[in-house]
Amino acid sequence: MVNVIIEVSKYLLILLMAIYTYLNFSYFRFHEEGEQNRTCRRQNVAMFLIHFVAYAILFLKSEDERVVLFYLAQVIFLEAYIGLYRLFYRKMSRILVNNMCMLLCVGFIILTRLSFEKAMRQFLIVAVSALVTWIIPFIMDRVWQLSRIPWVYGILGLVLLIVVWIVGNNSFGAQLSIQIAGIAFQPSEFVKLSFVFFVATMFYRSTDFMTIVVTTAMAAAHVLVLVLSKDLGSALIFFVTYLTMLFVATGSWGYLITGMMGGCGASVVAYALFSHVRTRVAAWSNPWQDIDNRGYQITQSLFAMGTGGWFGMGLYQGMPYKIPVVEKDFVFAAISEELGGIFAVCVLLICLGCFLQFMMIAAKMQSVFYKLIAFGLGIVYVTQVFLTVGGVTKFIPSTGLTLPLVSYGGSSILSTFILFGVIQGLYILKRNDEEDYEETKA
Amino acid sequence: MKKQKPNPKSNKNILVITYALVGLFVCMLGYFGYFLQVQSENIINNSYNARLDSFSDRIVRGELLSRDGQVLARTEVAEDGTEVRRYPYDALFAHVVGYSDHGKVGLESLANFYLLSSHVNLVEKTVNELSDEKNLGDNVITTLDVGLQQVASDALGDRKGAVVVMEPDTGKILAMVSKPGYNPNTLGADWDSLISGDNTQAQLLNRATQGLYPPGSTFKIVTILEYMREHPDTWRDFTFDCDGQYEYEDYTISCYHGNAHGHQTLEQAFANSCNGAFSSLGLELNLGSMRTLTNQLLFNAQLPTALAYSKSSFVMGSDASAWEILQTSIGQGSTQMTPLHSCLVASAIANGGVLMKPYLIDHVETVAGEEIKKFLPESYGPLMNATEASQLSELMRLVVTDGTGSAVRTDAYTVAGKTGSAEFETGKETHAWFTGFAPAENPQLAVTVLVEEGGSGGQAAAPIARSIFDTWFSR
Repeated sequence: MVNVIIEVSKYLLILLMAIYTYLNFSYFRFHEEGEQNRTCRRQNVAMFLIHFVAYAILFLKSEDERVVLFYLAQVIFLEAYIGLYRLFYRKMSRILVNNMCMLLCVGFIILTRLSFEKAMRQFLIVAVSALVTWIIPFIMDRVWQLSRIPWVYGILGLVLLIVVWIVGNNSFGAQLSIQIAGIAFQPSEFVKLSFVFFVATMFYRSTDFMTIVVTTAMAAAHVLVLVLSKDLGSALIFFVTYLTMLFVATGSWGYLITGMMGGCGASVVAYALFSHVRTRVAAWSNPWQDIDNRGYQITQSLFAMGTGGWFGMGLYQGMPYKIPVVEKDFVFAAISEELGGIFAVCVLLICLGCFLQFMMIAAKMQSVFYKLIAFGLGIVYVTQVFLTVGGVTKFIPSTGLTLPLVSYGGSSILSTFILFGVIQGLYILKRNDEEDYEETKA
Repeated sequence: MKKQKPNPKSNKNILVITYALVGLFVCMLGYFGYFLQVQSENIINNSYNARLDSFSDRIVRGELLSRDGQVLARTEVAEDGTEVRRYPYDALFAHVVGYSDHGKVGLESLANFYLLSSHVNLVEKTVNELSDEKNLGDNVITTLDVGLQQVASDALGDRKGAVVVMEPDTGKILAMVSKPGYNPNTLGADWDSLISGDNTQAQLLNRATQGLYPPGSTFKIVTILEYMREHPDTWRDFTFDCDGQYEYEDYTISCYHGNAHGHQTLEQAFANSCNGAFSSLGLELNLGSMRTLTNQLLFNAQLPTALAYSKSSFVMGSDASAWEILQTSIGQGSTQMTPLHSCLVASAIANGGVLMKPYLIDHVETVAGEEIKKFLPESYGPLMNATEASQLSELMRLVVTDGTGSAVRTDAYTVAGKTGSAEFETGKETHAWFTGFAPAENPQLAVTVLVEEGGSGGQAAAPIARSIFDTWFSR
């Protein structure tokens, strides 16, 4: 009987997710606030239904009362976050908050299925992050000095990365985190943000040749330290982010093309120089050859997604736990296996929708500083999504990154909350400006 | 603060980057869709994928059937729900059908995913789920022919060896016998003795695909092809005088049982399998291009099959000694080959040089007989060109009409083939080989026979091929 319920709910979840995703894109068609609000309300209904159905299944299968309490706690949190954010920041972007909550929901669902303890921890981290980052739009509205301190961002970030490189904990062959008061902390997640601020402040002040040389040198230093720490995914994010920000700041195709060629050259050199780079590429190009070792993770991921197919196996019907670090880097495979390929594609489209929102905000910002920040953060976000999902699906070599807001991991959650908070701040600033303009006109 | 001049086209640039990244995502989504829709089926049917085993909790493993619908393997469910896998033909299909409860081998492994997938209709599925009954898995119809398999197995009798029969123009494997066999119905009880270290019979080994044997004179097909390539216009001019012993430096190569063949043209030397002629011819060959040719013919290479197999090996390099060359040219020395590989080479010759990928699964259907998936013949590519194939075919025809292949000489149909008697240990009988196809002008069947310690290929192996051809052409 439970099997029938799971089977039916599987299709229901996919349908609801497809509706949510459709609404996410149909939002772009509407320009009137009333219509947009209606879309967002419908999204909330779809999201809470997905959340309810999934947790009903989780409870039926686990028969653990804690799941019910956990579910209720999440409902309260999500309602409060959506409601209070709106109450406090009247002009915030509802759709961004919705998408954040949807991605968090998917994360909670799959983590509860994988490990109740980790899901609890994740929830705690999310709640704290939500509280802490609440204030960001408020600060951004009032503090102008943010654009005046490029070297604070630049040097602080670089020093943090160097510290990790030297004293960092080794995890899966890469130095990623440092231990502070018993909490593992992954600085590269935050340096991504400070780096965007650094580049934006530099190019905001000037785009003359000297500034570009100095900024490029700093960017190269960031990337180099990350490569040495074997954190290839982050290195790639910094590289792409810098190059595209340079392009938007200067409008020069020459820089973009030279940079891309330089990037290709650097990857060839890195491939020849570092064995860990070669290992990643080998595990990608033919994982079947070394299925017991280097190819194990990616082949298990392919088995998971392939066996799940378009409609998934249903919650608790697959074996996502066979994939090493499934709750972090390979969470996409777990979603695809149990909730279905269509559901996973929807998750990816929601991420893409967030990115498009970021770009629209970037395009609307008048100040170059804000424009570059919105753009840079958008690129950081979308590159991370691309590298993670690309790695899991064997589209590109795996780089060991997390799927923002879905994967388990404190630093990743907090930094993504900051990222979305900053974007919200910019959005609110923009709408305040528009309103002032309307008023002066009147 | 300096007020810099903003990039006036920045929004256009943002748009460019956005388009580029959206494009990348579209590519990735396309790839993901392609993976789920097309690739996944082949990928997930892997022994490292533990997920498939859990399918059997909800599905009764489907049946394996012969090409004409005879049941080769079925799962019987008892009243109390216990399942037993039954093999009605006992040992007859042991290796090729394989088994599924001590690990999975053979077709039980190749078809595992299909057997554990159920495409019964939705109503039935729902009813089954509600009443807590398992769904019936899909049935897999193989290319195997019960009649040919039976004849091949009977003809081989109690001798150790292997037989492979395939259609050269499609790649369908019609029969695959390996002896000694085992009874898959009593595998559980026999398992310990089968895998015990004292057991020297290796019943579990599929000799057709995993047994490596020196090819003996069947390798002369390769030697003569290399000679023809090096002397495209003059190869027919080669002659040799055979007195039963060919001496070169300190070495002596004998013909089978010391037979003196007398004056031989190359065609005659091939038909009579004259070792002296081929050893002396071998000394003239370009060893580098010989190596290239053997690689083209899939020595030291992956075979296009999903069955577990051993790679054939050809190790002679350009620095080979005279003795190694003399030996290797007649299929002795360190060259090793599986019967399946030998059959693939014969098939390619029969099919104008083009090898069709061998396959065993014809189609998959539901319990109700609805077709789910059909497998079609696929070309692997040419192993040689069409002229070479037809020349080899003529030469192999002469083996049957004028040479060592007299056992398959008949008016009923025309066979082309090559015999081999491979020495492997002093004092023991040779391994007997036959590899060939019929009808020579329009081949329908390619057959390879290997009898361990069977004696001469013409007397021990060719008659087995004869009974297979007789059965096929009398239908």
